[in-house]
Amino acid sequence: MSEMSSFWSGWILILSVGNLLACLWLVWWSVKKRPGEANAGDVTGHTWDGDLQEYNNPLPRWWLWLFYGTLIFAGVYMALYPWVWDGVLGWTSADKSMRSGAVVSQYENEVQKANDTYGPIYAKYRAVAVADLAKDAEANGMGKRLFLTYCMQCHGSDAKGATGFPNLSDNDWTWGGTPEQIKASIEGGRNAVMPTQAHLGEAAIDQVANYVMSLGGRGDKAKAEAGKAIFTGAGGCIACHGPDAKGNPLMGAPNLTDNTWLYGASEGVIKKTITGGRNGVMPAHKALLGDDKVHLLTAYVYSLSNK
Amino acid sequence: MDSQTTYNYTVVRQFAVMSVIWGIVGMLVGVIIATQLAFPELINGIPWLTYGRLRPLHTNAVIFAFGGCALFATSYYIVQRTCQTRLFGGPLAAITFWGWQLIILLAAISLPMGWTSGKEYAELEWPIDLLITVVWVTYAVVFFGTLFTRKVSHLYVANWFFAAYIIVIAVLHLGNSAFFPVTLTKSYSFYPGAIDAMVQWWYGHNAVGFMLTTAFLGMMYYFVPKQAGRPVYSYRLSVVHFWALISTYMWAGPHHLHYTALPDWAQSAGMVFSLVLLAPSWGGMINGIMTLSGAWHKLRDDPILKFLIVSLSFYGMSTFEGPMMSIKTVNAMSHYTDWTIGHVHSGALGWVAMVSIGSLYALIPKLFGKKEMYSKSLIETHFWIATIGVVLYAAALWISGVLQGLMWRAVNADGTLTYSFIESVERSYPFYYVRLVGGLLFLAGMVIMLFNVLKTVGQGNTAEADDAIPQAAGH
Repeated sequence: MSEMSSFWSGWILILSVGNLLACLWLVWWSVKKRPGEANAGDVTGHTWDGDLQEYNNPLPRWWLWLFYGTLIFAGVYMALYPWVWDGVLGWTSADKSMRSGAVVSQYENEVQKANDTYGPIYAKYRAVAVADLAKDAEANGMGKRLFLTYCMQCHGSDAKGATGFPNLSDNDWTWGGTPEQIKASIEGGRNAVMPTQAHLGEAAIDQVANYVMSLGGRGDKAKAEAGKAIFTGAGGCIACHGPDAKGNPLMGAPNLTDNTWLYGASEGVIKKTITGGRNGVMPAHKALLGDDKVHLLTAYVYSLSNK
Repeated sequence: MDSQTTYNYTVVRQFAVMSVIWGIVGMLVGVIIATQLAFPELINGIPWLTYGRLRPLHTNAVIFAFGGCALFATSYYIVQRTCQTRLFGGPLAAITFWGWQLIILLAAISLPMGWTSGKEYAELEWPIDLLITVVWVTYAVVFFGTLFTRKVSHLYVANWFFAAYIIVIAVLHLGNSAFFPVTLTKSYSFYPGAIDAMVQWWYGHNAVGFMLTTAFLGMMYYFVPKQAGRPVYSYRLSVVHFWALISTYMWAGPHHLHYTALPDWAQSAGMVFSLVLLAPSWGGMINGIMTLSGAWHKLRDDPILKFLIVSLSFYGMSTFEGPMMSIKTVNAMSHYTDWTIGHVHSGALGWVAMVSIGSLYALIPKLFGKKEMYSKSLIETHFWIATIGVVLYAAALWISGVLQGLMWRAVNADGTLTYSFIESVERSYPFYYVRLVGGLLFLAGMVIMLFNVLKTVGQGNTAEADDAIPQAAGH
């Protein structure tokens, strides 16, 4: 507990050890019968509310040993494990880097052990190209299990995504679907920023939304016509989504013509997207998973759209 | 009538009856959220009926409305009778009753509205926190005022437990509810990060320790010897387990935060003191159960005594289970699973509710000047329904909890997880149905109780008034 001041360490030491010693003393003091006290099987002599009385039976022996046992365990544990000192075993749960001395960290130990055991299993696929790996049943099974451990929280156990989280099985890609692009998405993460267009005003947003809908054959024709001018005009949506609204994988601007909607297809949601903007974040996984697992995951995700 | 010739039974009556009513309300909300877990699509889209808002309503209602009213009723009753004096402070007792009901009403409105401080078992927002402080201080004045004006030289053991609970709950409430108010319905905690978590579980675990353990032991120490007609087993054991219990409990909170950002030393403290708690906790069970030695035959035909004894058995079981679950290696498996919920309910239904129900059945006829409850066989029915309900509830969640813990930690030969989270949810469904049945049974028992209470109050079977204060000095 080196990071704590000696004042707090002392305070906790006195309170806690004092508490345990007080318990010990209390039991020891109560075991002996003192002069003037009622004998076992006799009542103490006080009566409350007409008929409430108390015997003065001795403490049950088995109970006493149970109490002593836990107190002794407490003392031993506090000597071995972190307390107001670091503990004889030098054990700590924390990340080693956060500690000063050379102590054993349970977390680091377990990670190291897992890497030693499982590392070679993943490493042997490293040299195989993603497209080939995607056709390897064993590697795919492993990739799927990795996906179910690390990716399903957002993308779902079937990889079909959810509102705000892209479907990875439909061969429709925001950031590109080549093995290299998929791997880059997993390794470095992605940050898809759709800036707010609230400055356009409600009427213009309504028109642009209808234009976007018209790309999929929906929406009000007159509004769409007016919206097109805003969409394609100077400073308009084409800067990211392109003149044909087919998007740009370099900046993760989605294709607006293919009826695949990340945040929802309704007119209300489209307006909300335009008005408020969106900020889609795929976190980076390279540091967490390492190259070998990322390679297998890439192959699995690739295989979902390339059977 | 505020004379010194009778005990104040009015406030005890009010709290006793409200305890039964709030019990039904709180458990009904529990059944509703248990239904939601078994059938999640049920209330799609109605925000104030969502699990996240009703769950705190359930816990607050059963702990502070049902349990709280039962404790107010029994502590007021016991302190008067064992101190041989009327409740201190005249109208103050009535203020605690109406104040407490107002708090419960505000909770019932504000929690479904989603106004919450986000602290478990302390969700109520700051204006209600202030009101709680006022009512609790008033409670302390009434209780300790009565103790200090007693006509009996010695303090009866039940009063030690009530006194400890009243003081500690005040300290916990003030400590954990420290806040910065932002608006009338929103505040932020005074404590940052891991310290906030530490303070929260210092509060949370001692709310269990003092509200749900210490205080109900006070109830037990009066009603078990009364109902059994036997002296308390061991005064010496009372002394040892009382002091050991209330001092070691203070350290146990961090076991709720094993393997988190909480410093290792605090986790060590949480585990070690939780284990030391085992013997002091069991001291109460031994004293309760052994009080019956020589009177075991009474269990055959006294359903009230059955409630009390089974409650002590569940108490013993839960206070063994708790220390075991606080061991870090066990906790690594049990934490975040249904096992915790099963553990809590074997304590809350098996111990807290059963000891309250037994005590209320013994208390209510006396409060209303009746010889006995309207129907003994309905008490017997309630006992069996409630017991089967708790066993189904706890057993179902023990199994699903262990199942979840094992599924979550299972790994394949390549180190990946064997099961995805959703698979463990799928496998939990059968146990959620059984839990719902258990909860429904327990609720049904409470409805039977309300019927029996109403019939008791209405019946003609009057006894001699029980509220006269003996004028001879006690000793």
